[in-house]
Amino acid sequence: MTTPRAVAAIVGPGNIGTDLLAKLQRSDLVDVRYMVGVDPASEGLARAEALGVEASAGGVDWLLDRDETPDLVFDATSAKAHLAAAPRYAEAGIRAIDLTPAATGPFTCPVVAPPEHLEVPNVNMITCGGQATIPIVHAVSSVTDVPYAEIVASVSSRSAGPGTRANIDEFTETTARGLEVVGGAERGKAIIIINPMEPPMIMRDTVFCAIDPDADRAAIAQSIHDTARRVQEYVPGYTVKAEPQFDDPRPDWNGRARVGVFLEVAGNGDYLPTYAGNLDIMTAAAARIGELMAERLLGADSGPSTKAVYA
Amino acid sequence: MTAPVRIVDTTLRDGSHAMAHRFTEQHVRDTVRALDDAGVSLVEVTHGDGLGGSTFNYGFSLVDERTLIAAAVEEARRARIAVLLLPGLGTVTDLRAAADLGAGAVRIATHCTEADVSVQHFTAARDLGLETVGFLMLSHMAEPETLAKQARIMADAGCQCVYVVDSAGALILEDASDRVAALVAELGDDAQVGYHGHQNLSFGVANSVLAHRAGARQIDGSLVALGAGAGNSPTEVLAATFERLGVETGVDKDALMDAADTVVKPFITRLPVMDRSSIVQGFAGVYSSFLLHAERAAERYGVPAHEILYRVGERRYVGGQEDMIIDIALELVEEKKNVAGA
Repeated sequence: MTTPRAVAAIVGPGNIGTDLLAKLQRSDLVDVRYMVGVDPASEGLARAEALGVEASAGGVDWLLDRDETPDLVFDATSAKAHLAAAPRYAEAGIRAIDLTPAATGPFTCPVVAPPEHLEVPNVNMITCGGQATIPIVHAVSSVTDVPYAEIVASVSSRSAGPGTRANIDEFTETTARGLEVVGGAERGKAIIIINPMEPPMIMRDTVFCAIDPDADRAAIAQSIHDTARRVQEYVPGYTVKAEPQFDDPRPDWNGRARVGVFLEVAGNGDYLPTYAGNLDIMTAAAARIGELMAERLLGADSGPSTKAVYA
Repeated sequence: MTAPVRIVDTTLRDGSHAMAHRFTEQHVRDTVRALDDAGVSLVEVTHGDGLGGSTFNYGFSLVDERTLIAAAVEEARRARIAVLLLPGLGTVTDLRAAADLGAGAVRIATHCTEADVSVQHFTAARDLGLETVGFLMLSHMAEPETLAKQARIMADAGCQCVYVVDSAGALILEDASDRVAALVAELGDDAQVGYHGHQNLSFGVANSVLAHRAGARQIDGSLVALGAGAGNSPTEVLAATFERLGVETGVDKDALMDAADTVVKPFITRLPVMDRSSIVQGFAGVYSSFLLHAERAAERYGVPAHEILYRVGERRYVGGQEDMIIDIALELVEEKKNVAGA
């Protein structure tokens, strides 16, 4: 007997889309019915077809033309393509989970997302560095005020795609905004380093938060560990490498103390290699958000009064 | 006739590392004025890690770099003020702000194999009408031909001079000139080639001479060698050396020696020195600006700075990964605990 699952489509059959498919094929809540691209020669479409997914190079037109349109669409194309498609998804009543930098909907992150994110027509997955670090900033800001949060994301050269390289400012600026809007810091700053060493380095992220010198350090550390465990539910290779480091105020820190958190993000190795934890945490987080939305949708179908609201 | 060389001064940028980013507006004004008087045509003024570098990871600036840039622009009568930008840290927005303050040149720095992250910034810089320079950092980590291909990416993006940057002070003689020659061969008339040296193994000036002979036309220096690690090639020594070699620099060596002694030396809090840690940096190929961070972590965690730096070299961390210094210090503490407990 099969339990009902939400019907989903993945648009964008590249590395990200393919890895996302591998993850969602294990899901009890999401059924990826369609893989959509624009290039008939796409290897990603062929791979999806081989896995029993209906694949087409007919683009969004083809997808919206299906007898059974999806409940959810995961968009792993480009900001430009997503901006064009987003209104059409919304009009068709399809929830969009946006993995591009388009960000037409609110930034979201599975362990931080407020429940209303699961009800809006479109959510954005921010950036890989954001998905890796925002949970930690949020863990700190839920205990004490964070006037300033700074993150350093180091990724292997092999995992930094041409899109990221062509517009690296978009990464730093979007991530910084995510630290503020979702992480709860008053001001955010993001830094990305691309390291070419071989064998490739596993993604590393460091989070520094300015805190009050008298903040409850034990409570902050506890909150960080609790949050990390929740991220591990969807990214098993998410590791806090050392106990959070608390430093007393220094002359150049404006009277603030600092907590430093050192993270390693190893991917699950579904389609993408394990070192590419930066890409993995994006697909894993998107899959998680999709599952949470599916749970909501399926719950709404079975209950009379919890009809999903398209705000 | 020997080709001339342009000596570019980075006291107020690379020197920011050695000063733990504590430059005051007065330091900047006095230094720019002295360099300008001595005929230096390009003077770099920015946080050591470039625009937007004032952070926990690299150290906060005492004075906002925009205030310092504006002061430098005000003091310079003939010299052009350059700013440094590391894509991934600084942004086009930061660059526009610097250009608005009157900066006339930007030096855009990437790790030596990752030049393609700079295309966006070179494009913006040319649109802003800035002189453009590209920095291939930690050049010792790439072979000459690889480096030349990366230089080509920068030149095609609008870079007018690509530098072989010996960020770790690890290049020894032909290591430097072979790389410069490869870039000259690749770029031809499309862009100039420059050389930026560090003194960790004491080759800054010698490498600069060889770089010039291999075709480099811009050479970096810092007064009193003020820079990361054991410091940069001293500007005043470069000027004296090139004059002795009959190479025209357009600068006044005596004025530079005077500036070094009377303007810069008095405000230096920690003279650049080839000590154990900086020599290890040159030997193990470690980004020079890691020095003070390693010393600070050594003090905080009770492990030797040179051990941290050796391990940074083994791990092949690149410029910007200062956070990993703390990570390694914690690792060393853990290892020592295990040995003690065994």
